[in-house]
Amino acid sequence: MVGYYIHMAARSLRRNPVLTGLMVLAIGLGIGASMTMVTVLHVMTDDPLPGRSAQLYTPHIDPLPLDYKQDGGGPDASDNLTWPDAMALLTARRATRQAAMAGGNLLLRPDRAGVRPFYVAGRYTSADFFTMFGVPFVHGGGWSAADDAAGAQVVVLTETVARKLFGTADAVGRTVRLGEHDYRLVGVTTDWAPKPLFYADNVGNQYSDADQFFLPFSVAVNQDLQVSGNQSGWGKDESASKRSDTTTWLQFWVQLDTPAQVAAYRQYLVDYSAQQKGLGRFQRPPANAKLYSLMGWLAHENLVPTDVRLQLWLALGFLFVCMVNIVALLLAKFLRRSGEISVRRALGARRRDIFVQFGVESALIGVAGGALGLAVAQLGLWSIRQRPDDYARLAQMDASMLLGTLMLAVLASMLAGLLPAWRACRVPPALQLKAM
Amino acid sequence: MQLRPILSTLRHHKLTSILLTLQVAFTCAIVCNVVFMVAKRVERASVATGIVENELSVIHSSGIEKNENKQARNQADLAALRAIPGVTSVAAVSYSLPLNHNSSSRGVCPDQASLQRAMQQRSADGTSCMTPSIYDGTPGLIDTLGLHLVAGRRFQPDDYVVGMGHTPAVAIISSALARRLYPNQSALGKDMYLGHSVIRVVGIVETLLRPSLRDPGTEGDSMLWPQLPDLSGVTYLLRSAPGDRRRVLEAAEAALLKVSASRLIDPRRVQTYTQIRHDYFQRDTTMIGLLVASASGLLFVTALGIAGLANFWVQQRWRSIGIRRAVGATRGDILRYFQGENFLIVGAGIVLGGVLAVLLNLLLMAHYELPRLPLWYLPIGAAVLWVLGQLSVLSPARRAARVPPVAAMRSA
Repeated sequence: MVGYYIHMAARSLRRNPVLTGLMVLAIGLGIGASMTMVTVLHVMTDDPLPGRSAQLYTPHIDPLPLDYKQDGGGPDASDNLTWPDAMALLTARRATRQAAMAGGNLLLRPDRAGVRPFYVAGRYTSADFFTMFGVPFVHGGGWSAADDAAGAQVVVLTETVARKLFGTADAVGRTVRLGEHDYRLVGVTTDWAPKPLFYADNVGNQYSDADQFFLPFSVAVNQDLQVSGNQSGWGKDESASKRSDTTTWLQFWVQLDTPAQVAAYRQYLVDYSAQQKGLGRFQRPPANAKLYSLMGWLAHENLVPTDVRLQLWLALGFLFVCMVNIVALLLAKFLRRSGEISVRRALGARRRDIFVQFGVESALIGVAGGALGLAVAQLGLWSIRQRPDDYARLAQMDASMLLGTLMLAVLASMLAGLLPAWRACRVPPALQLKAM
Repeated sequence: MQLRPILSTLRHHKLTSILLTLQVAFTCAIVCNVVFMVAKRVERASVATGIVENELSVIHSSGIEKNENKQARNQADLAALRAIPGVTSVAAVSYSLPLNHNSSSRGVCPDQASLQRAMQQRSADGTSCMTPSIYDGTPGLIDTLGLHLVAGRRFQPDDYVVGMGHTPAVAIISSALARRLYPNQSALGKDMYLGHSVIRVVGIVETLLRPSLRDPGTEGDSMLWPQLPDLSGVTYLLRSAPGDRRRVLEAAEAALLKVSASRLIDPRRVQTYTQIRHDYFQRDTTMIGLLVASASGLLFVTALGIAGLANFWVQQRWRSIGIRRAVGATRGDILRYFQGENFLIVGAGIVLGGVLAVLLNLLLMAHYELPRLPLWYLPIGAAVLWVLGQLSVLSPARRAARVPPVAAMRSA
């Protein structure tokens, strides 16, 4: 029966090629625009570390004085930790794994002739970073907690930088000159960069940034290396050093495997804040301490620019108007065939048959519109990839989005066909026959 | 025009007419807001910087020698750049330029009392203090940028201090800052208070935009300090004829590397000022393009919808049109009938659309910091949709007018 309906629907659609084309065009444009923006939002809010993200958390404590005024447009000073707090959490070892970190830009001076010095972006962090985030190594490995404690002059590079520096990735043991100091290369990672770079301080380029070197953060503190990202201080002393307890600049991540561990860690943060308040260092309520999950943290940071959200709403609004348009056109089209419906009904077709027949016709428009929508969306994504924004290069459709586009198109057109089909199936058999 | 037959027909096609009305209403609401957003973005992206944008080239160099004498390096670099043919004027700044995002700002107060208050409450809120952007630079910056000095004097050689660690004793401020800092009086010769220093205003330039336009209303608050750049990184400005800028930039990069090779020149920071401005407003221009495209898309779909439906109705009413013609209606009557019907439907849509437009604007104001929609957008939107409706119904209505009276005799 469905085969017969498809045949009938195709005939009916061919009878008014202009109108059919118009409906397909409307749904194609609406779906294409919407799916372009849905895809952009999807890649921007995707899980950066699938498989690991559920166990990763970032603790936040509030060391700010009561009279501290947050600058409206500026970054939140309590987003990061001070060095004493980070060291306290690190040495307490209450989580399965924990690491403190901060970003930095250093001048790399190659030893090879013909390679000019260049700046590299990287991370100062502690030993657990590599195992906690599952950073894949090509050669060697990370450093140990003992290296952290001793402030060992060791460095980990990515494959691309190692090749540029030494001509080969297998360079473990060689010396790397970064800034004004020499470091021993202990490991080479693949060119690994989660999208977004969730553990980095929010400075606006998390979708394109990548770490090219890793150094123990104890070394960065000892040698007072350059730190990128937000450094907020509220102390009287203006020349705040990295060890100051009134300057926040470190990010902190922990791995917690069970809900019990999560609850215990949350309590530990409140207890720690209460203890610091007791000592007179903190002034704000200890309950300000928070533990964010990875995805919760990304939601809190709200990395999606307002322009992108606005574009999504615009596309959805466009789709909505297109749908209203199609409902009106389908209604007119179906009701014009009242005579045909009457005949079919008089010959014994049930209301349900009529309904299914017109439903199939709407779905057929949806399939055609979906195909057009896919093409429009690919065009839209291509144009987004031409933007210089840092998320632009991620704008690609995966299989699930591809399927979603088609489904949405069919769903939208069937939804649009619902009201007209319902009206059509209520056409009484005899009345219309009389008029013929 | 006879309204009665139109109204009774519409009552007959209630659902379809309501749907078309809704479509017109939503289109009207969205298009009004979209056009308003476009106007806001265009206004933002066409702000004047006060400098000779199309004559400037910018090149950034960062030194990699730890104990470099920065003053000697700047002098040598500037001399080499000045020697490039076609370059009329050069200057060096640390990093700040209008619209290049790299801002350095300080709180300044018009008098001692407001400084005390601001220090007490650790914020300039509610005092007459401002936080303008600071532009440092070498002598000749004002002429290289092509700033228009409206009062006072340029800097003199003994005004200059070296590096950001030192605060100069004099400054030239923008007229916008002068107006906001010293309302209803002349700012020239006044003292500005900041921290432990006092700076005298010796000159006023007409316009000088800030490096980034974050807070509305303060975009023009800036001042020039006689402070020589003294960082390892330095930004050079070259003024030349607009057509020479590409060649000048190439020559400048070569000249700098010839003076000293121990520096890094990032190719992304060798650009004409036009590019800097373009980059700053790139998101706005993208957004303008998208908004215009979606507004035209909406109007297009709505026009096609109106035309499609009108076509249908003409076919459906073929016989009744014939009957009307047979009992004496003229072609003009039929034409006007369809036009009147369209006028009514679009009119209802516009009334509803006006309300929806205001509601949508309220929603956008709450979530996207959009200002209030000026109400004069609504009548213009209404007029556009009316014209659009009449144009799209014209061809079907003409077809209807050509229906011969004899159609009344034939079966539908």
